[in-house]
Amino acid sequence: MSAPRTLFEKVWDAHLVCAQTSDTPAVLFIDLHLIHEVTSPQAFDELRARGLGVRHPERTLATLDHSTPTLPGDADGERPYATPAAKAQVEQLQANCGEFGVHLHGWDSSERGIVHVIGPELGATLPGSTIVCGDSHTSTHGAFGALAFGIGTTEVGHVLASQCLLQSKPKTMAIEVDGALPAGVSAKDLILHIIGQIGIAGGTGHVIEYRGAAIRALSMEERMTVCNMSIEAGARAGMIAPDEVTFDWLTGRPRVPRGAAWDGAVVHWRTLASDPGARFDQTVHIDAGKVRPTVTWGTHPGMAIALDAPVPAARDAVEQRALDYMQAHSGRAMLGTRVDVVFVGSCTNGRLSDLREVAAILHGRRVASHVRMLVVPGSESVRRAAEAEGLHHTILAAGAQWRLPGCSMCIAMNGDIAAKGELVVSTSNRNFEGRQGQGARTVLASPAVAAASAIAGHLADPRQYLNEAAA
Amino acid sequence: MNAVTRIHSRSAVLVDENIDTDRIIPARFLTTTTRSGLGRHCFSDWRYLPDGSDNPAFALNQPTARGCSILVAGRNFGCGSSREHAPWALLDYGIEAVLSCEIADIFRSNALKNGLLAIVLSEAEHRWLLDHPGIELAIDLRTQTISLPDGGRIAFEIDAFARQCLLEGVDQLGYLLARSAQVDAYLQRRAAAASAGVAA
Ligand code: SF4
Repeated sequence: MSAPRTLFEKVWDAHLVCAQTSDTPAVLFIDLHLIHEVTSPQAFDELRARGLGVRHPERTLATLDHSTPTLPGDADGERPYATPAAKAQVEQLQANCGEFGVHLHGWDSSERGIVHVIGPELGATLPGSTIVCGDSHTSTHGAFGALAFGIGTTEVGHVLASQCLLQSKPKTMAIEVDGALPAGVSAKDLILHIIGQIGIAGGTGHVIEYRGAAIRALSMEERMTVCNMSIEAGARAGMIAPDEVTFDWLTGRPRVPRGAAWDGAVVHWRTLASDPGARFDQTVHIDAGKVRPTVTWGTHPGMAIALDAPVPAARDAVEQRALDYMQAHSGRAMLGTRVDVVFVGSCTNGRLSDLREVAAILHGRRVASHVRMLVVPGSESVRRAAEAEGLHHTILAAGAQWRLPGCSMCIAMNGDIAAKGELVVSTSNRNFEGRQGQGARTVLASPAVAAASAIAGHLADPRQYLNEAAA
Repeated sequence: MNAVTRIHSRSAVLVDENIDTDRIIPARFLTTTTRSGLGRHCFSDWRYLPDGSDNPAFALNQPTARGCSILVAGRNFGCGSSREHAPWALLDYGIEAVLSCEIADIFRSNALKNGLLAIVLSEAEHRWLLDHPGIELAIDLRTQTISLPDGGRIAFEIDAFARQCLLEGVDQLGYLLARSAQVDAYLQRRAAAASAGVAA
């Protein structure tokens, strides 16, 4: 019997082309490479300059998401790009994919969407696989028990040319989430709470495995929300052991194995969970029962606090700068803070279940007159499914905008931005200074908190609306 | 890539902790399709006033910080996104080395692949450098030391493979491509295991 191994170690070991030595990093085989328009052009240029091709185009999947407008094109089909550079970037990816034989889910694809939303939807994201993308939120795919992490553009070139990466083995961290989340408290609240506890560099150098009863109880969408934000705790990746929830979710998706191959795969996937007695370099315990609706008060995701708890006093110059930038007040709760913009979307919370939650709260209500609310589905599939359920009617009737899929205000490089000083309640993952527009202030929140705040016109607890709806 | 062996410069200091990649290069400048010319956007929202003139309060705009190629930055530098535009922008701006007591994983990896030395020091050494802006430093990658004006030295650790590549001025893609046969063998092992019913 070999030594007990963690989920991460099993996936790592299974992808070693060359083992790590004291002088050289490991050569790791990459099963799936996701690419998008922002971090790939310089990598393709490198291939051209060296006369190289893409080694495994069939393991490469491209989409348009970051620079893409979320408003429809005009009568001539001309799309409202933010800048000519944004348009050129999109056209560059179209040309590169054509030239190198990479499948692109472009404007004409019914599967186009945010890269971390479409990978799982297509069943391209599989348990036990290695997945990389020139995007730090690649950690999302770890929800399926994949080892998935973000890389830079030079490495995008490495993977295109060789399907491999040079990697030093990271350390492992177990986050054991015991107990159960209280009613009306979501996976987003949980992960904001976790980052608030361990800090934004708490996971640096580590791959996190989320474990425990509260994690097992999460749906696949909720698991993706948790793993998505692993990078906000500094971790390379976040993983959750695959189980029946995972297999059920993947069943029948376009790219998963079929027939006997599927059965064989599931048998293998069941063996991936960390062995009893497997050692982690660090272990953290979180009590799910203590988590409340949680938001950020400052300018990084670790500055998170329960919605109704007082904002802390600044302990240093960094926190003082954050308080000043956010115009937040120590000693006062974020609850009740006036809101200008509400953004629902992104690879953190732009999936169907998120939109359902938002629609349930918006149903029969109106967005406050001074609030601009954007709802941006994570993908064309999400958009279709939401429209089939009529969610867009509810959203539009409430006075919110229903947009085309893309990253939109998560990174605000497609023209969807907030003005200087505006306060945005956002279901995305980063509240850095200027992330949603120069001088814009971001409060990270769950879809339910975002929807409740849109109606109230200030940061509000969704549980009051959920209870009313139920009554 | 050019070989990197020694960097000699006065130090410029940004004391802030958690300087994220959005602050190094805001997302609106990411629509470029080249690597070059990002230096003028480096720290854009911090460095310029709304009218486009230099912000006199920004530390790197101080006369003493101009032209420095060694940046000493607060803890957890480069956190956030995987955008390689961050090291590209810093290099184009003229920074050749970043020193801190903690540097975010992906940023560090990206930096080293582009010849930007990302060096992690102990908290005490880091504190001392933060407290002494504008001093002459000489970084020697071969000996893995930083020489101080008083003759003192700080030793540092750096990834052995990245160091070798930097010293020789070779990039890592060549190394990977030379392992093509091993990749073929790996894929054969996997296929054999799969057909034997043992998933790889
Ligand atoms: S939605 Fe935001 S975090 Fe996700 S891929 Fe797009 S820009 Fe990155």
